[in-house]
Amino acid sequence: MVEAIAMAHGWEMQHDPSVVVIGQDVGANGGVFRATAGLQARFGTDRVQDTPLAEATIAGMSVGMATHGLKPVAEIQFMGFMYPALDQIVNHMSRMRYRTRGRLTCPVVIRTPHGGGIHAPEHHSESTETMLCHIPGIRVVCPSSPARAYGLLLAAIRDPDPVMFLEPVRLYRAMRQEVSDDGQALPLDHCFILREGSDVTIVTWGAMTIETLRAVGELESQGISAEVIDLATLSPIDGETILASVAKTGRLVIVHEAARNVGVGAEIAALVAEHGLYDLHAPVQRVTGFDTIMPLFRLEHDYIPGVQRIVDAVQLTLTD
Amino acid sequence: MRTVAEFKIDYKQILDPRGEIVAPLPKFAADRGEVLRMYQAMTRVRVFDAKAVNLQRTGQLGTYPSSIGHEAAHIGVGAAMQPEDVLAPVYREFGTQLWRGVTMKEILLYWGGDERGNDFGRPKHDFAWCVPIATQTLHAAGAAMAFKLCKEPRCALAYIGDGGTSEGAFYEALNLAGARTLPVVFVIVNNGWAISVPVAQQTATQTLAQKAVAAGIPGIQVDGNDVFAVRETVGEALSAARRGAGPCLIEALTYRLSDHTTADDASRYRSAEEVKQAWALEPLIRIRQYLRSTGAWTEAEEQALLKDCTREVDAAVNEYLNTPKQSTDAMFDTLFAELPLHLREQRAIARKYGAKPRGH
Repeated sequence: MVEAIAMAHGWEMQHDPSVVVIGQDVGANGGVFRATAGLQARFGTDRVQDTPLAEATIAGMSVGMATHGLKPVAEIQFMGFMYPALDQIVNHMSRMRYRTRGRLTCPVVIRTPHGGGIHAPEHHSESTETMLCHIPGIRVVCPSSPARAYGLLLAAIRDPDPVMFLEPVRLYRAMRQEVSDDGQALPLDHCFILREGSDVTIVTWGAMTIETLRAVGELESQGISAEVIDLATLSPIDGETILASVAKTGRLVIVHEAARNVGVGAEIAALVAEHGLYDLHAPVQRVTGFDTIMPLFRLEHDYIPGVQRIVDAVQLTLTD
Repeated sequence: MRTVAEFKIDYKQILDPRGEIVAPLPKFAADRGEVLRMYQAMTRVRVFDAKAVNLQRTGQLGTYPSSIGHEAAHIGVGAAMQPEDVLAPVYREFGTQLWRGVTMKEILLYWGGDERGNDFGRPKHDFAWCVPIATQTLHAAGAAMAFKLCKEPRCALAYIGDGGTSEGAFYEALNLAGARTLPVVFVIVNNGWAISVPVAQQTATQTLAQKAVAAGIPGIQVDGNDVFAVRETVGEALSAARRGAGPCLIEALTYRLSDHTTADDASRYRSAEEVKQAWALEPLIRIRQYLRSTGAWTEAEEQALLKDCTREVDAAVNEYLNTPKQSTDAMFDTLFAELPLHLREQRAIARKYGAKPRGH
């Protein structure tokens, strides 16, 4: 997936001279995960810039650049280091268009690694997308495959408003997939149905698609047909696709790596309670990270929901 | 042991508090028309300011941060900038904004609780008011980065207060600007007080200008009540930035003659004696004195100017008070380029339950 991300940068920089890549170690080093590999050699040090080691700087200068003709694609090296940038995201980036009645706009993409599972040090494995989803005026996107990373990143860069682009670290090198470098964007604000099914709907995103699809394989051997929806855009949520699926299956399981409390899963559950309650044959189930601190890596796979938890939750919805 | 770095901070004053010229007169100051233009602008913003405070006191405006006492700093900066430069204000620099073309009505709309005040007719490219302290300095650095990358001969100028210099974002902006030789000028308006905390309690440094030293950029202190010194210093800094010489930090020493905002009562934390002394140094007295001593300004002209300003302010106030409030759609319509579905649904709810505009 990481090559697909670098490829999407390359396509868009080639075709839109206003796109500029900034961040810590994105230049000669090509990013700590190699997501910007080769870009500086290709596009020069003006358009692919290492910034000082300061996240508020990265977000704040993005606001200044975006309001004055550029399209910054900024990397925050790890999601755990995003917090100094939040002031700029919440107070400026998200509301620039709104508060100036459209006079100034902020077409910024902030990319950041998301989630755990790669034996990283403390503060490198959190999934805090809920904090971002609560901010009006921005989009939050999380791809689950190389092809979707490519297409959604192109869409994010082309979007005239700020997009937070969360890249699941477990997926960076988890799978190989041919992605054609054709500049085709995928739609934002839309879910992707990864697998059709008739008994239960499972909504998930990012790296949890791995465990979910494995669980679905196991469920299939038990004669249970699950529909898997990749949420992809976490804010705003594509409610129509989810509600249509629940209307068909009558059961809903939500799977996410982030903590449960006020998680995106709660929003999805509320959406179905408000608009699809009478389609449900069983209570909604959530399979999530715990409401604890993401542990150091010896315990991280006990925190991240595993296949069996998902299988069990699905079976709960099928029990009378 | 040997010394590996040293610094010094210069202080500039041209027009002293008595209206005497104490340093070589800059070229613009030799042009009486230009001096008069600056004096008129300083008077204009002071008349506006008094009216705005009055509107708040009578319940016709929200909380308002008076700029009284800051006129030389604000007009000096405005006059030094080029129209194509970009201003990143804090929230008190009305003098600079009026000079650059923002209207009184726009200022009143914003402080009267209406986002349309941020939609400047001109200059279209200036940033709007920035309430989260010091964050605007990074916007100016970012805009300067855009000018540099796009090879446009433009500069950004960010204001910051003395209080804001304690914020991390301020140091980050100076650091970035220095490291990348950006065409940006930072102006600290040191008015002595961060709401109730005096400068001496905010920092151990002798000056705020020397905060530039750690960023490797020039820092200079000016008499912020001297419009000549401010304009000349900022003008030189902008010229240097425009020709690629990089950023500068300017500390303008002035005094906040008012409360922090209309929601504040400064008598709780500072003495009447201190304020009285500051009034003797305020910026209009000295330039008026200078104009009179050079024979270019009569009492009749002064009265005519005040009358003109009052007429202009009254007309703007009228226009502001007669602007109907926005419909509830305004909460939604400029949030995104294209409104997502859930917000279209919420917009419909707001339409149904929202308060109807006054007079409807």
